[in-house]
Amino acid sequence: MSFMYEKLLGGKNGTVGFVLLATLILVVFPLALDGFRLNLVAKYLTYAFPAISLVLLWGYGGTLSLGQGIFFGLGGYGMAMFLKLEASSPENTAIQSTPGIPDFMDWNQLTALPWFWEPFNSFTFTLLAILIIPSVFAYLIGVAMFKRRVGGVYFAIITQVVSLILTVLIVGQQGYTGGINGITDLRTLHGWDITSDFAKNLFYFITCFLLLAVILMSRFILTSKFGRLLLAMRDKEDRVRFSGYDVANFKIFIFCFSAMISAIGGAMFTLSVGFMSPSFVGIVPSIEMVIFAAVGGRLSLIGAVYGCLLINFGKTAFSESFPELWLFLMGGLFIAVVMFFPNGLAGLWEDHSHHIKKRLGFITSLFSKNDTAAVAPKLEGSN
Amino acid sequence: MMSANTDFTLAVEELTVSFDGFKAVDNLNFYLDKNELHVVIGPNGAGKTTVLDLICGKTKSTSGSIKFMNKELTKLSEHEIVRAGVGRKFQTPSIYENLTVFENLEVSYPRGRGVFGSLMFKRDAEVENKILEIAKEIMLDHMLETEAALLSHGQKQWLEIGMLLIQDPQLLMLDEPVAGMSVKEREQTAELLNKISAGRSVLVIEHDMEFVAQIAHKVTVLHQGKILASGDMDTVQKDPKVIEVYLGH
Ligand SMILES: Nc1ncnc2c1ncn2[C@@H]1O[C@H](COP(=O)(O)OP(=O)(O)O)[C@@H](O)[C@H]1O
Ligand SMILES: [Mg+2]
Repeated sequence: MSFMYEKLLGGKNGTVGFVLLATLILVVFPLALDGFRLNLVAKYLTYAFPAISLVLLWGYGGTLSLGQGIFFGLGGYGMAMFLKLEASSPENTAIQSTPGIPDFMDWNQLTALPWFWEPFNSFTFTLLAILIIPSVFAYLIGVAMFKRRVGGVYFAIITQVVSLILTVLIVGQQGYTGGINGITDLRTLHGWDITSDFAKNLFYFITCFLLLAVILMSRFILTSKFGRLLLAMRDKEDRVRFSGYDVANFKIFIFCFSAMISAIGGAMFTLSVGFMSPSFVGIVPSIEMVIFAAVGGRLSLIGAVYGCLLINFGKTAFSESFPELWLFLMGGLFIAVVMFFPNGLAGLWEDHSHHIKKRLGFITSLFSKNDTAAVAPKLEGSN
Repeated sequence: MMSANTDFTLAVEELTVSFDGFKAVDNLNFYLDKNELHVVIGPNGAGKTTVLDLICGKTKSTSGSIKFMNKELTKLSEHEIVRAGVGRKFQTPSIYENLTVFENLEVSYPRGRGVFGSLMFKRDAEVENKILEIAKEIMLDHMLETEAALLSHGQKQWLEIGMLLIQDPQLLMLDEPVAGMSVKEREQTAELLNKISAGRSVLVIEHDMEFVAQIAHKVTVLHQGKILASGDMDTVQKDPKVIEVYLGH
């Protein structure tokens, strides 16, 4: 019990924040939002996975990756490949010149399923691949970079370049990947309709539970000696090295873990939204993920989730009316946060939580006569 | 390097490092006994810090050998050298500013040094007792929960020494441990060093002659990467070559 409390929830502050978030996404949103909006929130929450991964990697570890889209994409594509194969049964694709392969392959004159698509016929393989392939890929990048002591700006640029290369590859190899349009027209999972309202709601809740589980796992890492070592390495890497630690191994591990949780987000994205495309892999989404984490507060796992929600609600609201303006607005917001609120929403919450709590108490007392006191406390910042 | 096994804790032989042709350490021979507290002095740029860098693996030597308890160090990586039993304090205090004194010592505790070991590391009674014991030794036991950034310059130096002591190294190397300290702090540090040199070898780099006289068993004077003189404090101070270097500076 005390293990749960201290190690997973992170003590009193952590528990309060966790419970507030869980209530917001598991109770308040489902009650307050219609199916369409809830599905939208599901999409936003899938971005919270890479945002949380950046809290660990960048906020605590001090290593900025501008390529988390790589892993989000790998997870998303893994899931999409499985669903696409199921949607491309010989009956469904009878009108193609080669029935039984995905439609975009047929359009690109492929006459057989490429070898690396074969294993994605198995759901078990797909689930394992979603977790393992991004981790192995991160491991390879991590060994190549961290063992050679490449870090800082160089690491950021290299991850950025890798995500660019991956996008170019996906777009260029249309016959194998679906190209710029991505993998679309996904319908069923084991014969079960994934586009129904019920399925969308279910995916929303699965996303929520996975997200909460990822937060608990990340908390466990941060409250362990590993977490303190991350902070120590960020501060004085040489001191850690000359205290007997192989610094590279710690960076490689946290990079792999961050890749894995980003990939889980990607896979849930595909399920919730019903397609996957290179526009969620490349430079722009990778940078957006950094902005979510920065706005939420890069030392706050839970703040990252609020950062995601806030910016994406804003994006949806603004980009409907002023699509061009939005990019500038987000850029401006990012600069403002970095310059004036380096600890993001979580920092604001910590500074003003007394005020907010008082005001919330006041509001709830106003409403307590009516029974509509559904006031959702907004932000939380601890860990 | 073929030299036979010795009783020395540290045996440095024909050690040379050149940076783009400039020999910062030039054919150095140097031995350290168990229980010996040895001070290296010398003018700025003499190569003192570089010698420590070479021993702890921060800088790779151009040629020569460094044997620590008969184990060749020049081929090991930094963390392997530490695990073999070599601790090193940096010239500017190098501690984790955003962790508490307790956490600084805990992070330095020599258990859970692997990735999974650190995830599973438990702060048990043994760890807590050891941290408290070390904190007493470095006179910071009343500040365990203080964030390290808030310590005075002298206390930061002590904390870093404590972070080394908790690993119980056989060879302790301290680069200018009393720089920036008050007179009182210097005295306390001298006392501390005299205490901790029992049972291990300590290599100290220092400028302050008064302080050196308080602690040194043996003194080596380094000048332009070479040993100018070596022996006990009195002999070294009377050495005409040493007088010339120090006065000529
Ligand atoms: N990594 C390096 N690259 C080039 N020159 C170096 C390096 N490290 C030290 N030096 C040079 O070696 C000489 C000795 O430096 P150092 O060992 O720091 O002297 P000190 O005796 O003052 O500690 C200096 O001239 C310094 O500039
Ligand atoms: Mg020096």
